[in-house]
Formats: sequence, C-alpha cells, structure tokens
Amino acid sequence: MPMVTLTIDGKEVQVEQGTTVLEAAKKVNINIPTLCYLKDINVVGACRICVVEVKGARTLQAACVTPAAENMVVLTNTPAVRASRRMTLELILSNHPFECPTCVRNKNCELQSLAEAFGIREVRYSGANPVHVMDDSSVSIIRDPDKCILCRRCASVCEKVQTVSAIGPQGRGFDTVIAPGVDMVLAESNCVNCGQCVLVCPTGAIYERDQTEEVWAALADPQKHVVVQTAPSVRVAIGEMFGMEPGSVATGQMVAAIRKLGFDKVFDTDFAADLTIMEEGSELLERINNGGILPQITSCSPGWVKFIEHFYPTLLPHVSTCKSPQQMFGALAKTFYAEKAGVDPADIFSVSIMPCTAKKFEAQRPEMNASGYQDVDVALTTRELGRMLKQAGIDFNELPEENYDDPLGVSTGAAVIFGATGGVMEAALRTVYEIVTGNTLASVDFVDVRGMEGVKEATVKVGDLDVKVAVAHGLGNARKLLDALQAGEANYHFIEIMCCPGGCIGGGGQPIPTNYEIRQKRIDGIYTADEAMVLRKSHENPAIQQLYKEYLEKPLGHKSHQLLHTKYTSRGQSNQL
Amino acid sequence: MEAAVTKCRCDLDAELGRVIARHEGKKDDLIEILYWVQKNYGYVPKDVQLIIADKMDVPLSAINGVITFYHFFSSKPKGKYEISLCNGTACHLRGAPQVLARFEKELGIKPHDTTGDNMFSLGLIRCLGACAVAPNITINSEPRARMEPDLVPEIINELKEKE
Repeated sequence: MPMVTLTIDGKEVQVEQGTTVLEAAKKVNINIPTLCYLKDINVVGACRICVVEVKGARTLQAACVTPAAENMVVLTNTPAVRASRRMTLELILSNHPFECPTCVRNKNCELQSLAEAFGIREVRYSGANPVHVMDDSSVSIIRDPDKCILCRRCASVCEKVQTVSAIGPQGRGFDTVIAPGVDMVLAESNCVNCGQCVLVCPTGAIYERDQTEEVWAALADPQKHVVVQTAPSVRVAIGEMFGMEPGSVATGQMVAAIRKLGFDKVFDTDFAADLTIMEEGSELLERINNGGILPQITSCSPGWVKFIEHFYPTLLPHVSTCKSPQQMFGALAKTFYAEKAGVDPADIFSVSIMPCTAKKFEAQRPEMNASGYQDVDVALTTRELGRMLKQAGIDFNELPEENYDDPLGVSTGAAVIFGATGGVMEAALRTVYEIVTGNTLASVDFVDVRGMEGVKEATVKVGDLDVKVAVAHGLGNARKLLDALQAGEANYHFIEIMCCPGGCIGGGGQPIPTNYEIRQKRIDGIYTADEAMVLRKSHENPAIQQLYKEYLEKPLGHKSHQLLHTKYTSRGQSNQL
Repeated sequence: MEAAVTKCRCDLDAELGRVIARHEGKKDDLIEILYWVQKNYGYVPKDVQLIIADKMDVPLSAINGVITFYHFFSSKPKGKYEISLCNGTACHLRGAPQVLARFEKELGIKPHDTTGDNMFSLGLIRCLGACAVAPNITINSEPRARMEPDLVPEIINELKEKE
C-alpha cells in the first residue's frame, strides 16, 4: 500500500493511502472530537463535529471522511474550527430535549460530554423540536425519537454488522425518525432485540427496557423467594460500571454485591451452561451417530435464534433443540430446585442478570414455561444490575469476595467461556472429546476457535472422526455461514453462532461504551477466569453429575426433553406476517 | 413506463413479479419499481411494500425510508385532486406558509393527507423552477402561479363545481 505523509498540528505523520485525517491524527495522539463516527461502520460525515482546517481547502473539512493526502497540512484546533464545532453543537442541542438529569444516559452521553467540553452555556437557536411517539412496544428495547440526533449509528450497525435493517431513517428534515417504517413498531418488526443499536447510540434515544422496579418489588415481598442467576460475561464487565478496567474479573465482588441486595439465593448461569454442554454435546453425538441433520447449530443466543426464525426459517432443523442456559436454569429453578429447597414454585421469583437485551424477549417467549410458570420472571441487563447496586449504595470495589450458593452455583471453566465467541464450541469439544474417546485431553485449550476473527474454522480429531466445526459472531458473519450452508458448501458437524460481535461479552446489555478494544479486554478476562477454575470441563461438574443422578437421569432423557429442550417459530419479514 | 395489465389489487403480486423481473431484481432499481407502483396504483401501502421487500430482498425499513423521503411517493391513497404546494425557499419567503395554512383550514386536512370524500389531497413539494412567479402550487401536475391565501376558497369551489 503506498504511503502518504501529511502534517497535523505541526506533527509529521505517515499513513497508508486512503487513511482518513481522523485516523491519521489518532496515530500521533491527536484526538479530534466525533459524534456520528463509528469506525468502519458509520463513516458518513454527517454531524460535522470533526471538522478541521486543511490548508488550501475553501471550507472546513470533516476529518472522518477526508482522506489524508501527500503534503496535506491540517490544523485541528483553530478559532474557526472551535467556532464551527460550537455552532454545530448548539444546532444539535437546539433540537434536543434538555432532560439530562432524568435521561437513562445521563453522565454517559457523548452529546452531553461534547457540550461540557466545549463549554456550551446557552443555545442561541431554537429547533422545531417535533414531538414523536415513543416506541415502547418491544419487551427488550425502547426508542425515544425525541432524543435522536439522527447520526445513523444504530441504523448502520443494524444494517452492516447485523444485516437485519430492522430500523432506518424514515421521513425527511425535522420529521425524520429512525424507525422500522410503515408505522410499524419495534415489536412488530424483524428486530432481533440484540441491542447493538443501544451500545452505539451517542444519546438516550434507544435503550433497554428497565425492569429494575419489578425486581425491587419482588425483593420487598416477603412471600417471594427470589433467586438470581448471573451470565458468564457479566462478571468481566460489571466492574466497568464502578470504574474498574474493562475485563476485570469481578465474580466474587459481584456475588457479594448481589447478595447484599437481598436475593435469597445467588446462583450461576454457568451451572446451566455446563448442563447445556451435556445436552447439546449428546444431541450432536446422536445426530452424528444416527444420521441426523448436520451441521448442528448452537441455540444459546436469543438474538441469533430470532434472526434465523425471520431470515432462514428453512434451516431451523439445524438448530439444536437445547434451550439457552438462561432458560435451562429457569426451568430447573422452579422444578428441581423448588423441590430440593421445599419452596412452592409459585412463590419463586426468578431473575437473571444478562449481558443481553434479547434475553428479555427470550424469557417472555410463550413456550418458556416448562415449570408450569414463566420460567424466568425478569431478565436484567448488566447495566440494570449496575443501577440497582448504585441505588443500594453498595461499595462494589471494596466488597470482600463471596461464593455462589449451592447447588445451582457450581460450575467449570467450560461454562465461563460461553461468554466469548468460540466458547460454547470449545466447551463442547472438551466434553465430546473425552466422552467419545475415554481419554483425558492433554490440553483443554482449543485456540483455533478463539478470537475476534468473524468466521473461524477448525477440525478436531475425536477418535476416528475428524469433527469439522465453525464459529461465527455478529449476524453478518452468521449470514455468511448460512448462505454457504444453503448452497451446500458448509460440510461442518457443528457450528456456533453468537448474535453479537465478540460473543456475549459484547452483548447489547453490557456497559457503555462497548467497542472493539473493550470487547477484546473482556474476552481476555473470560479466559483468565477459565484458567483460574479448578474444573474446566462441563462433564466434571459434580453438581451436574448429581443433577442427572437425582433428577434428570440422563442427557436427552424424558425429563430433559420436558424441561431443557424447545422448539422454534418460523417468522416472516415482520412479526405480523 | 409500462402500464399495469390490471389495476385489481388481487393481481398485484403477479404484476410486481413481472416488473421486478424486468429489472432483474436489481436492488438499485428500487426507486423505479416504487415509481411504477405509485404511477399505476396511486400509492404504495404497507402490503405492497412487504411484497417488494420479499421479492427484491430489500429491508422494509429501507423501502419505507425511500417512500417517506421523497414527497412524490405516498403510502396513502391520494384524492382525485392532488394539490401540491411548493415549499422551496422563494415560495416560502413569498407567502407559501400562509397559503398552506389556508388550504389546511378550508380542507380540514394536514399535508400528506386526503379528505374523507377522497376528493382532495394536500402535498408539499420542493422547487418547481418558477421562483419568479412564487408562490407556486400544482393541481394534478398543472401549475398555478402567484398564489394568495384568499384565492384558496375560489380554487376549491372551482374544482368542486367540475364534479
């Protein structure tokens, strides 16, 4: 690639041709403020916050879309640049409600931060400020178009990363809203509830449905026996809400903090993840041995499940019938655990802490009531948990570590790695290999399926069989595998698909910001947590062994089918069809 | 522009299949497909958008985005007389908002709506290129220049009397 040399604020910098001025400036630690920009995803030059002076250019140029050129001279901080940015901010603010203290993104808002940095003390203009209808139809995600600055980040992520395009710009001028279109609300659309839009929204225009009040009410009800499960990826992200470095493994503090909120039992979704491996691994072996439909595709990720239901319904027989760990846990909490603890399942209130907005939808799917009740009553996101802990005044960082309760709190390293892309595959391989061959793995680390590459492949020798596997994360990457599968070009035995880039650590319910670097750090945290576990293979989990002995009998047995397996719904372009 | 073989909505699926095939399903031709529907049927409602989304593999959000961006398109049926007001800069400065307000008052509808008897619909358009005689309106594509609010009742009566 040819290189070009330019000067930014007097610093000479050499970059590959085609690099934008914005990225070139980053190379020499000059940070140009941005608002609509999202690297590689939303590069549209729409908001004009990143304008810079380019010597010889007639007007200020948007750094995010201006390619660096040979001998270019750029100034990023001049009176003209500052005046322009301030005016742009005032214009955006002139059409934005001043509701910061009551906004879900207060103190975590890019528009607010810029207004603060530029010292905007008054807004000289008044915009049309049209009042739009708030869309609270979805059980997962709420849209508040009044707070939208039309940066297009959400629509770009939905279109380019997830290839769903559930929302896009409708109308023009002040009347523009980012919406599903044709007066449809989110719940009627093909939105898969992944919440990637929520993670990239610079303001409070799209956010998770907050259900913390429902949980507070249950905690305050003496009649209720409130149990909670925490997903693998929450432990490496919740610390960020209390100033910890991304990827810090805060399992012990998190358990202690949640217990302080007043939950009767603090359990671990990881227990159910180990159980998922037992069921899903057995299902895979059954499909391989009995000529079943291959490849088998994982079913842990509810955004992914809704995606295939909408876009590739004919491929649904490939999807494992296993419920996700959240729902396996939910079904067991109100049956196995209720019996064991001598609690009436009607009195159990089951909460999950998830990195995910789609889990809210999954918990409310009509078929998720194997116990005779709604198996999981409320799925909270990592952010909602953070909010509850702050309300309770819990000094998260200073808490001594505590352990999960027995027996639904016992887990292995194989379950922790469910939180990162490739984790379910690796956990399955650890168990399937040992069950089939009877040998102990020399190394439990299947590094080929780890990391941020979009589609990963590996072949693992299990006894006489070369097991071919593939892993995709982000629905755009999933689509590549599904198209190959439809074209008869995907000769795999097993495919893992996670809806969100990076896997659950990058889920739509995780702390904001969640970007590429932070995803990477959370993944590192996941593998650190795995290595710290004494047991690292699901089939070695003593609580799982006991569960089968006392209650389920065997994987894919009658009771398993009743409680732990499910069926899927073929959906059209929109939910209404 | 090829005319529709039949205007019966029951044949819309087949008609659209034919037109889209003529464009070889090219996504870039979306706007031409929508234009065809608008021209032949007068509007592009949700059920039609869904058929197009399905046949062309274009997201519904994108199709409706195009329809709501360009005022030429409509997702609701238009009236027998389609009154469009220019809201370009020159017309705006020379009193287009007052003319619009009068039309809204006399017809009892807002822009992009149609009267209950399906006689009149009100639209907003951008520059017609006749700024010297602003403000301009069109009635079923026929231009009228130098509009004034007080001319509005007269125009409406004139159209009603045609019936």
